[in-house]
Order: sequence, then C-alpha cells, then structure tokens
Amino acid sequence: MTAHLIRGAQLIDGSRADIRLEGRRITAVGSGLDTVGATVVDADGLLALPGLVDLHTHLREPGSEESETVLTGSRAAAAGGFTAVNAMANSSPVADTAGVVEQVQALGDDAGYVTVRPIGAVSQGLQGTHLSEIGAMATSRARVRVFSDDGSCVSDPLLMRRALEYVKGFGGVLAQHAQEPRLTIGAQMNEGRLSSELGLAGWPAVAEEAIIARDVLLADHVGARLHVCHVSTAGSVEVIRWAKSRGIDVTAEVTPHHLILTEDLIAGIDGAPGYDARYKVNPPLRSREDVDALRGALADGTIDIVATDHAPHTAEAKCCEWPAAANGMVGLESALSVVHAAVVEDGRLDWADVARVLSEAPARIGQVEGHGQRIAEGAPAELTLYDPAAVREFSVDDLHGQSQNSPYLGMRLPGRVVATFHHGYPTLLDGVLVDAETVAAAAAATPSARSTKAASA
Amino acid sequence: MKHLLSTADLSRAEAVRILDVAEEMAEVNTREVRKLPALRGKTVVNLFFEDSTRTRISFEAAAKRLSADVINFAAKGSSVSKGESLKDTVQTLGAMGIDGIVMRHPASGAPRVLAEADWIDVPVVNAGDGTHEHPTQALLDAFTMRRRIHGTDSRGRALDGVRVAIVGDVLHSRVARSNAWLLRTLGAEVTFAAPPTLLPAVDRPFGAAVHHDLDAALGEDPDVVMLLRIQQERMNDAFFPNPREYTRHFGLTAARAAALSARTLIMHPGPMNRGLEIAGVAADDPRSTVVEQVANGVSVRMAVLYLALTGEHEPKEPVA
Repeated sequence: MTAHLIRGAQLIDGSRADIRLEGRRITAVGSGLDTVGATVVDADGLLALPGLVDLHTHLREPGSEESETVLTGSRAAAAGGFTAVNAMANSSPVADTAGVVEQVQALGDDAGYVTVRPIGAVSQGLQGTHLSEIGAMATSRARVRVFSDDGSCVSDPLLMRRALEYVKGFGGVLAQHAQEPRLTIGAQMNEGRLSSELGLAGWPAVAEEAIIARDVLLADHVGARLHVCHVSTAGSVEVIRWAKSRGIDVTAEVTPHHLILTEDLIAGIDGAPGYDARYKVNPPLRSREDVDALRGALADGTIDIVATDHAPHTAEAKCCEWPAAANGMVGLESALSVVHAAVVEDGRLDWADVARVLSEAPARIGQVEGHGQRIAEGAPAELTLYDPAAVREFSVDDLHGQSQNSPYLGMRLPGRVVATFHHGYPTLLDGVLVDAETVAAAAAATPSARSTKAASA
Repeated sequence: MKHLLSTADLSRAEAVRILDVAEEMAEVNTREVRKLPALRGKTVVNLFFEDSTRTRISFEAAAKRLSADVINFAAKGSSVSKGESLKDTVQTLGAMGIDGIVMRHPASGAPRVLAEADWIDVPVVNAGDGTHEHPTQALLDAFTMRRRIHGTDSRGRALDGVRVAIVGDVLHSRVARSNAWLLRTLGAEVTFAAPPTLLPAVDRPFGAAVHHDLDAALGEDPDVVMLLRIQQERMNDAFFPNPREYTRHFGLTAARAAALSARTLIMHPGPMNRGLEIAGVAADDPRSTVVEQVANGVSVRMAVLYLALTGEHEPKEPVA
C-alpha cells in the first residue's frame, strides 16, 4: 500500500500543512511531516479541499452508453475534483429495482475513480403513478438513501405525500425535480420577454415555485425530509427561505450553470449564434435577477449545496434545431471553476464555504459515508488539490467524459484542479487523469467500502 | 442582404430598399411576359418541414419569375420523416449544388441555426419558423399598406405615423412578431388587441401597446386593422371558451367593419376563418386588401430572393 505525502498545501482555514495519506485515511496533518515510504506530491500554492461530492449526476449507464458510462462519468468527476457522485435514476432501464442500483454501484466500484452512489427512482419507470421498490433498493447492497424521479416531477400530490412518508421509514431523503407538468407543456426556455421574442414556449418560474411550495407544506405535514433539486428562480429561494424559517426539514441545491449563465445567451449576444442548444437545460437558464438571488441564497445558507446536474448528450442530440435538442449540460469538470468565478471571486463564499457546499453538505444530505469530512488526522483520504491562481480558457481538452455538451467552451475560467485522491490513491495527478487500469487496480487492492463500513458500524 | 431571418435584423434603409425593389418586381408582374432573367442558372430549394401550400407556391412563383430553377422539398414522405437530421438533409441538398434555401420549419429559430451553422453556405430565407417569425409576410403587409396609403408615390417612403391594430392570437403568431418589428422600424405605431391568454405575459410585447377590448382599439380609429388567423388547436386548449365568444369579443364582425372609417384597411394574412376572426362581408369589403396581399406576396418574395441570391448589399444606416 503506497503512502502519499502532500507537501505544503493550503488548508481552508488559510494555514499551510503537509498531509499524509495512508490506506484510506489521512494519517497525519502538520508541518515537516516525515516523507519516509511515501510518494511526495508538491502542493506549494495549491489549496487542499475535501474531495467534492456531487449529489446530482447523470451517468447514463445503463441505456445511453453512447453519451456516458459509469467509467467515463467517473473520470470526468475525478478530473473535476470529485471523489463521490450520486447517479440519477433516469437510466434505461430506470433505477427502480435493487438489480439496477446494485449494478450501477458495482460498475462504480470497479472503475474506482469515485464512490458511485445510486439514486433510486421514486416511482416505477419514473411514471409518477406507483411507488418503485424503495425498500428493496434501500436494503440492497447499494443501500440507496436518496430517491428521485429527476427529469420528471413527482407531480401527483398524493403520490408525493406517500413517497415522503415511505422514504422516511428507511431513513432516506426524497429529491424533487420541481416542475409542474401542466404549466410546462412543450416548454423550451424561461418564460418572459425573451421567450416571447424568440417564439419559444415559456417555462414559467411559477411552475417550479408552486411545486416547491406544495412540497415543503407536505414535508411539514408528514414530518419528512425534502431535498429540492436544481433551484433556479428567485421566487423558489423565497419559498425555501420561508420554509426553513418555519423549521421545515428542507434542503436545496443549485447548479453551477444557474449561478453564472443567463437566458440572454440563447438570443446569441455579441455575434454568437442564436438558438445554440448547448444552452438548453431543464430547468432553463433564467434572468440576471434570478442568478443574483441564487448567489445570495447560497451565501446565506438558504441553498445548502451546489450540485452539477451533469447531463451528457451526444453531438447529434445538441447539433440541431432548438426544440428538437436534448436538455442538459455536462458540468463535473467545470463545477469548481464555475463556483470560483460565480461566488468566490466576488467574496460571497470563502474556501471553507466551498468545502461546505461542494463536499460536506452534499455528503450529509446524501448520506455518502466516508466523504465530506474536513481534512484532519483520521479523516478519510478523500481530497482534491486546486490551484486557485490559475486562469484558463475552458476547452474540450478539459472534458474527460464521453460527451462535449459544455456551455463553457471558450470561456475564461479561474482555477484548475491539479490532483484528486480517492480512498488514498490518486485519480488525477498534475492535472492528468491516472489511467483506468492503474485506478482499477488500486481500487481492487483497497479494502472495499462495505467491509470498512461493517468494521466501523 | 445575405439571409432574411428576422425583420428585427432589418434597418429602415434595408426595409425600404426591399419594398422599393418589390415595386420594380410588381411592375414586371403587370407585363405580358412576367419574367426576368435575374436568377437564370440558379437553383432555389423550397425546404418545407411544415405544410404551407400558399407560402410555398408564392415563393415558387417568385423564383420562377426570376428564371431560377426551383426544387420543392416537402419533409413529409421524405427521409426527414424517417428521422434524418436537419444537418444531414441540408448537407445532402448542398452536395447537389444549390444557391439558396427558402425554409419553413415548425421549430422557432431553425432557419437561424441553418444560416449560422457550417453545414452549407448559401442564403437562407425564412418562410416561417414555429411561433417566431414570418418576415416575407410582414414585408408584403408593409408593401400593401404603403401602396394603399401612398399610391404611385410609394418608392423611398416608409410608414411613419401609420397606426396599425393587430387583432387575435399574438402569442403564437409569427406574423404578429414580424409585423410588430418591421412596422416599428418603418415608423408605424402598432397596437395589439387580444384576450390576455393570447398575448405574451409581458408589458408592451414586441414594443406594442395592448388592448384587451377590441372595440376600444377600433375606437382609436386605426389606419389598418389586421386580423390574425385562429388556429384550430387553440380552440380546444382553453385559450378562450369557444369560437362564438371569441367572435363576439375579438372578431371583425359586419357591425364592427361597418363602423370603421372609410380609409381603414382590413388585412388578413390568410387563410381566413370566415365568420370566426373576420366576417365574410368584411373580407370582401373594398377596404379589404386580402387578395392584393397575395399578389404583393409574389412581388416581395421576388425582391427578397433577388437581393439575397445576387448578394446585393446595402450599407446599414443608423435608425433615425
């Protein structure tokens, strides 16, 4: 078992320290640590963050392996500084049975780049009519704790109530994709002046806000936990702020793209092409006022976490007329830089806040064990080294998944992920992904998550 | 003019120039031999992903009168209905050697995507895209207004001070959008009259004033009343209770037409729902321009095809 000594990294409290990783643990944090028997990683000028945890990733396997696989999505995650991802259930077949979630988890374990935690569907086939086998998934080897029909809204209020209650019995959380379907038939972009001018059917803010309002009241009524996916409007922020002030057990996420991009991009500003489907996403890009409200809500804790909603699509699904194009953007590789640009550079968040919203809180909400802990002796060896002084033009070379539908190509973004350590072994070094065979071998040589959990339980 | 995608892209000088060229084309259309050699040897494709016989034959007549060869490509029954992408369709046409595309598409923005992609490098004329724009319709409407108002003295003139009331389904209408932008560029004042369900939920959509009461709008004595077609699917989707109530509140009934001033033009882009948005007697009234609009459509489309395919450029001048 190789030890690693990370020398001279900046911690989120601003201090400098060496960090020794051995096995799956951080065995020492301090200055002038012994390098004996360890591979030394020079971290001068680099920030050490706990490994990032994404609560909202689409890995596309099984079913859409032409867009992404568990392996390729895991590599994209490692390149972005992530050590754990939660894989959404809208695969084909849908992750609504123990068999599918166990398969996804096993593929993730074999790949070894990150911890892959499957999310289970709330309803059979995401159809919104019958509960899926929530208990079977929760008690399976995958031990599913997050349930979501993401991509579709659990719109039936009775099914939503039952799901909130039922999931509670397994200690899980329901993650809602808040979109009133009747108010968004054929919706293409944020409803407002621009949608009317571009002749695209509007996706009104109220369709999100009305569902969140209903759901926080339902969660309150049945005493359940609710997580709201990809909050995108200023009005949703107000509803969640109100719910939290009432003591309702709700958490919320915002995507990096909703913190930085606005709907104006769809019109093709400054000579850029119009109706560019790279900007098509659900929920849609909103207004500058919404972006400002979301940044403020992340800073004041109304929104708990940033989650990528990494949604890979083939070139064919994006290289077409707008209404025919698929919704979604890849986001794992760019997430940390985008958060840096959106809320760190303007001083709303410091690096401790970033560790909270991109690692600690998502691990807690998703019950992702062995992740999201501060860098300290005895903590899991899950960490990422980030160069906050770097500036780069984001390009396809920065993308490591199977798909290239990033809205940031050609944009100047701050920062660069230099190294990622998962289970104590490197998955990214000097900004280069460690090859798949080496990572898989390291994963196979590492005691499994299950046996560790059994030992610590 | 490389492409004609949106009337919002046109400067006042460019718009007037198109209308002036259309006057030349209208003159050709009165000759015994209604044909010019301007586009001889050029091939124009009418690429229609949505049925529209009227618009398609108008473009076809326009291209043929300019001596262009015309290929009509209807998506129905073609490889497109078997799932071929827009990109592949267009590259296939490009490989055959074509000089211009007239495109009708149910997706808003599709002609712009085509014009800005590197799939093919030929002029693209938007013949109607989704609920976005229909620029040649707006140009032929402006041409019709200019001729009726300024007569033989039309050349070089715009529509300054002309007051136009556009009535009906503004929300879904590409005709309303293209007209609102073009008419404002030409100096006209546009008012929409529609129930709130058929208007975008914003203040002053497309820069136009709004009335929810047709009689109030007509009471302002507009120079032009333009009725928009009510599509069949709107009648079943709760935008208004039923056709009878729509006609009572927003139809140009015989009584409303009779109350209009003698100089007020009655316009409709067709095809009309007689008895729904426009009474038969109003459509056939001497103030109605419905048939002239069809004739002018050919002249305007000749002008657009000529300017786009011969690559004649007019310098943009700042809006006054």
